[in-house]
Amino acid sequence: MTRVTEPFAVASGSVLHPVNDKTSKLAGHGKEPTEPALTPLGSPPEPPVSPHGDEAIHTGPEFAVGEGDVRSAEAGEYVAGSSLWKDAWRRLLRNKLAVFGMIVVILLVVASLAGPTIIKRVTGYSYDLIPKEETLNKSFPPFRAADGSFSWTHPMGTDNAGRDILARVLSGGQISLMVALIATLVSLVIGISYGATAGYLGGRLDDLMMRIVDVLYSLPYVIIVIVLLALLPAKTPTGQLAELFIALGAVSWLTMARIVRGQVMSLKNQEFVLAARATGVSTTKIIFRHLVPNTLGPVIVYATLTVPTVMLSEAFLSFLGLGVRPPRVSWGSLAADGAQNLAIYPWQLIFPGLTMALMLFSLNFLGDGLRDALDPQMRRE
Amino acid sequence: MNAMSSNGKLLSVRNLRTYFETEDGLVKAVDGIEFELGRGETLGIVGESGSGKSVTSLSLMRLIPDPPGKIVAGEVKLNGDDLLKLSPAEIRDIRGKRIAMIFQDPMTSLNPFMRISKQLMEVTQLHLGHHRAQAYEHAIDMLEQVGIPDARARADGYPHELSGGMRQRVMIAMALSCQPELLIADEPTTALDVTIQAQILELIKRLKSDTGASVILITHDLGVVAGMTDHIVVMYAGKIFECAPTAELFAQPGNPYTHALLRSVPDPTAREQKLYQIPGLPPDLAHLPMGCPFAPRCERAEELCHREFPPFVKLTREHYSLCHFANEVYAQANAKPGK
Repeated sequence: MTRVTEPFAVASGSVLHPVNDKTSKLAGHGKEPTEPALTPLGSPPEPPVSPHGDEAIHTGPEFAVGEGDVRSAEAGEYVAGSSLWKDAWRRLLRNKLAVFGMIVVILLVVASLAGPTIIKRVTGYSYDLIPKEETLNKSFPPFRAADGSFSWTHPMGTDNAGRDILARVLSGGQISLMVALIATLVSLVIGISYGATAGYLGGRLDDLMMRIVDVLYSLPYVIIVIVLLALLPAKTPTGQLAELFIALGAVSWLTMARIVRGQVMSLKNQEFVLAARATGVSTTKIIFRHLVPNTLGPVIVYATLTVPTVMLSEAFLSFLGLGVRPPRVSWGSLAADGAQNLAIYPWQLIFPGLTMALMLFSLNFLGDGLRDALDPQMRRE
Repeated sequence: MNAMSSNGKLLSVRNLRTYFETEDGLVKAVDGIEFELGRGETLGIVGESGSGKSVTSLSLMRLIPDPPGKIVAGEVKLNGDDLLKLSPAEIRDIRGKRIAMIFQDPMTSLNPFMRISKQLMEVTQLHLGHHRAQAYEHAIDMLEQVGIPDARARADGYPHELSGGMRQRVMIAMALSCQPELLIADEPTTALDVTIQAQILELIKRLKSDTGASVILITHDLGVVAGMTDHIVVMYAGKIFECAPTAELFAQPGNPYTHALLRSVPDPTAREQKLYQIPGLPPDLAHLPMGCPFAPRCERAEELCHREFPPFVKLTREHYSLCHFANEVYAQANAKPGK
């Protein structure tokens, strides 16, 4: 199982480019004119040509100036400043693949959350219901009824026990998503705290902390998770799930820590950190209130890319029988069940597999799009 | 905490030494600085790059990064309390509340990711215990005091929406939020254009008289200190070369270095004159020559200057100069028509 390779170089300072923008191209209020009345805030007027051209203007560590908003200030109107997030959002929307990924992800998430309930209400099938009458032919879905007519009752077919696969896929989606999200959250919390502290404190402590990360990196995570799960077997299904969250989160925080450390290291020498220290802010507050929010860009990108990694890991574990166990289902366990009958009833593996593949690459497209949107230096426009 | 120190001065610095351990050797960035500052006074610290001015100000607030730098000796008394002897928590309490600092480059001194209001609120919430609404109102009030137009609407914006002059005003607002006793301005106008420079200096002057704070103004620009300060300290190679009341320093310098600095200021009325520049470069602080640090570049250096470190000569009650020939330089400056 390969780890996700770091999506961008994390040599300290290479992602962030703290540039001193001495030319203030912004609202030229040097003469402090009497303030014009506020215009009603709608979308800012679009000037005919972009005065910035292809130049990326960096006034902060990673973000460009609010495009399209500040120009109106020259016309004498006061326009509310565009926040960095709005710009990123606009850039993201321009990336078709990322939008596609985002839509698919949203659809799948909604389907997984609402689907099982809807299906149960409409058709009565749930992930564990075994229908009593079996009058349908078992051919590639959608099935044909005994009299040869087309039947949509089981759009994805049934498994060996006769359970509806669509319901199982959507239920499995719930579990897979939940595990992926919570494990990512765990890895975020650990990774950010660890990386930010190491990056800010520097020196020998940083060296020590990063060598620990290096050592952990070299360990095969599958074995670690298996050992963790074996050492502390949980009795209840909820307990099993919780274990999975923690185990998966505990092995995926490493790259996040490195990324956050790199960001913090290049930020900590910026003058605003010294200014914050000069106003008496404590070290903890500087790290978590001033520095970490400045690292959110790459953190979000990497978190979006961690989710599919964790999802895949969970699928792998469930495939091996170690992750999600019956009666719960996840995409991995469905794949495991389906793999056994691949030669005879291929749809039992194909549908869960396709759904998961769709989710994984949509998340990856979204993650790539986010990275391009949030880090203008890497744009190729 | 004494309300009055023994001689009524707000700030008293004695024998301050800050050294840096570098690969090149021990850099004595500040080597035996002494000065005093009274209440409501402005002190200018003038010097070339590398003279130790910024390190002095950072040392006052104990912001020297601990490796590689260290304040190895000295006494910094703020109203009688020795700042160098306080615990980290105590000094954090003082920073921002009793001593505040504004930095050179307003573009990078504000956190680009935080709203201006939030950055201002943090100071008062931390030191004055304001709750959110109170801190917000106070922030707006400070922004109005420093002359930000339409402060209420701008406060929730981000630093990148402001021009350099406005950002520096925001920094000043932040610094003065808790009405500090001492404001240290480290090259506050170097990154700004000249018209804005004048505005910012006027602002500092006004706020200083409104709040009664004392100001230490650090700059390499003699024009800036001329209009703003009561006393001036001239630094070179980590040492004070001359200190005097402002008018006297300009009219009658007692040190060849000061004299050379004054000559370096271009005179717009002089015609067809080659611009004077002090020959040579500032010394390598890790390998200072024996004797006077300025001797290699000094026009009137003699063999004595290269051999022996000069004495700190008292010229008048408030005018001191570090030179073997201080008295002569002083007397000559008197004889010559003022520049």
